[in-house]
Amino acid sequence: MNTSRWFRWVWPAVPIAGALVVTSLLLFLFGAAPFEAFQAMYQGAFGDQSKTLSVLAFWVPLLLSSTGLLITFKAGLWNIGIEGQIVMGAVAASWVALNLEAPSAVLIPIEIVAAMLGGALWAALSAVLKTRGNIHEIFSGLALNSIAIILTNYLISGPWQPPEGGTFRGTAPFQPSALLPLFANSRFSPLSLILAVIAFILVVIALRGTFWGLKLKAIGVNLRSAFLLGVSSEREMILAMMFCGALAGLGGAVRTLSWFDSLRQSISGGIGFMALMVVMLANYRMFLVPPIALFFSAVLSGSITLQLRTQLHSSLGGILTELMVLFVLLFGDWAKLGIFRKKDDDG
Amino acid sequence: MDSSPIILTLASVVLVSTPLIIAVCGEILTERSGIVNLSLDGTMLMAAMTGFIVAFESDSVWIGFLAAMAIGAFFAFIVAFGSIRLRQSQFAIGFVLTLLGDDLSAFLGQNYTRIPGPVVKHYAIPILKDIPIIGPIFFNQNAVVYFAFILVAVTWFWLFRTQPGLRLRSAGDRPEAGFARGVGINFQRYLYTIIGGALVGIAGASYSLNIKIGWSEGITRGLGWIVLAIVIFGGWSPIRGMFGALLFGATKALATYLQRTFPEVSVVAFNAIPWVLMILVLLLVGSDFTERVIMIVPKSLQRPLQRMLRISPPQALGSTFVED
Repeated sequence: MNTSRWFRWVWPAVPIAGALVVTSLLLFLFGAAPFEAFQAMYQGAFGDQSKTLSVLAFWVPLLLSSTGLLITFKAGLWNIGIEGQIVMGAVAASWVALNLEAPSAVLIPIEIVAAMLGGALWAALSAVLKTRGNIHEIFSGLALNSIAIILTNYLISGPWQPPEGGTFRGTAPFQPSALLPLFANSRFSPLSLILAVIAFILVVIALRGTFWGLKLKAIGVNLRSAFLLGVSSEREMILAMMFCGALAGLGGAVRTLSWFDSLRQSISGGIGFMALMVVMLANYRMFLVPPIALFFSAVLSGSITLQLRTQLHSSLGGILTELMVLFVLLFGDWAKLGIFRKKDDDG
Repeated sequence: MDSSPIILTLASVVLVSTPLIIAVCGEILTERSGIVNLSLDGTMLMAAMTGFIVAFESDSVWIGFLAAMAIGAFFAFIVAFGSIRLRQSQFAIGFVLTLLGDDLSAFLGQNYTRIPGPVVKHYAIPILKDIPIIGPIFFNQNAVVYFAFILVAVTWFWLFRTQPGLRLRSAGDRPEAGFARGVGINFQRYLYTIIGGALVGIAGASYSLNIKIGWSEGITRGLGWIVLAIVIFGGWSPIRGMFGALLFGATKALATYLQRTFPEVSVVAFNAIPWVLMILVLLLVGSDFTERVIMIVPKSLQRPLQRMLRISPPQALGSTFVED
């Protein structure tokens, strides 16, 4: 089939438009005007400074997690356990915040290192279960996600419950010196954005320009031939998972130390799963990841304003992004659609 | 004696385990044919929402169940179509459908939350219900519960004692061999993914129509993942899966009981049991540990023990098959 280059490049816009159409139909069905609804969502995301800052604050941990997933996807790993890695990062950071007393300049670096370690070790568990125990990372990841959330619930309702009694909502707020410095009156921490940007650049360099990145690619494309060529797949897989876990853990620390001020029951807020969608929608193209992550954050923040204005459930934002990912997954690759495949196969 | 607290508790454990049993049977059929339908968590929510709204509007629980089956089958069809025809990752599609089902059910069901609706009618089976102990636990329930247990028997028989079952398992175990023998591998996969999805639909609706009565956002959230865990620690067998589901229901009941008796101790750790069991079973499957244990025991016990411990995941689970 001789579909030209530009056509293949432009084609994914069709499924994305399809997602917009379906979402508009849903809005119609519930008696809302789609254009006004999308406008409300835009204003909810970028309408004023505080809203934009809130989008940025949500974007940072999402970007960190998506960046981590670029590494694991490169190695052919389906790190669905990232949700648990975010949670364990948050737990580790909370442990430091609750148990150490020090000025910010000392405490925050310790918290960040602890969070990255927490996420990395949780990810390593998944990786070792794969390389040594032959367990697919999806299944171990799901189990470890649940166990991490159960552990958080246990800590919140047990040992770390606030002095006034366990409420199941969260721990007591941390000491002020444990929290990341915030921009104006928002939940956005500029420091966390700097860290995320550095992480993204380093990962792009590592994957594009180093021998290690090439090894990961070899493992991801064909595990067996990589092994025959002498790439130690076990070591690289564990490392890839641990790097991803470290970035996810850092995202967890950002959630607990700037978005919230304590360890909460739903500390991750589904960011790990959303990051998987970001990377899938980017179709593993690295430079699309930051803008798509920003777009997802904006849609999610905007849908909350939509709910306030129109009484429509805020899950609409999630539906829009999920339909985009689903349609692009299903129909985004023109070559795989196989409209001409029958002819090719017969010929 | 029929109303002693222990009997009542056990009867309620059986009741709350039934959706899990039904969904486990559905997912076992799907996975045995070689496809992992990862969308269960979202599918169950969609089915619970659809089942309730349709039953509410039509005033018939059975029409509600039919609608839920259709939704479950449709979600499963997307997974099968995407992975077989469009050759995309079934994990990716199932995963996105999970999230989509969660949000879509919250949105579409927003005007029907927390209102009473039709309920599956209680129906005690005559004679059987009078058997001591077993009667009140198993036979003083309703049609959905009886359906679940019949389904376990039928699924087991179908899988392991019939020709079509053999064809189904060949699609998941040795697709090349089955194909050479004339089995339409991808037809089998479509068929059992869709049937499995329809069963998951029944499971979702039996929540909103039988157990938690009514619809509210996220009513079954998390159960779909639990079902995936139970399928694995049940070793892809409907009978072990049933015990797995009952065990899960029992640990929940035990946790509730302990929490009431010892309010100062947190029992959330109990929720981790199915996940830990799942990992342990997967470790057993993936290593030669079982074989080593079997070698230790006396010769005469080796064969029965091997039969008991043998767990074989479908060999071609999650892989694609190109017919040519």
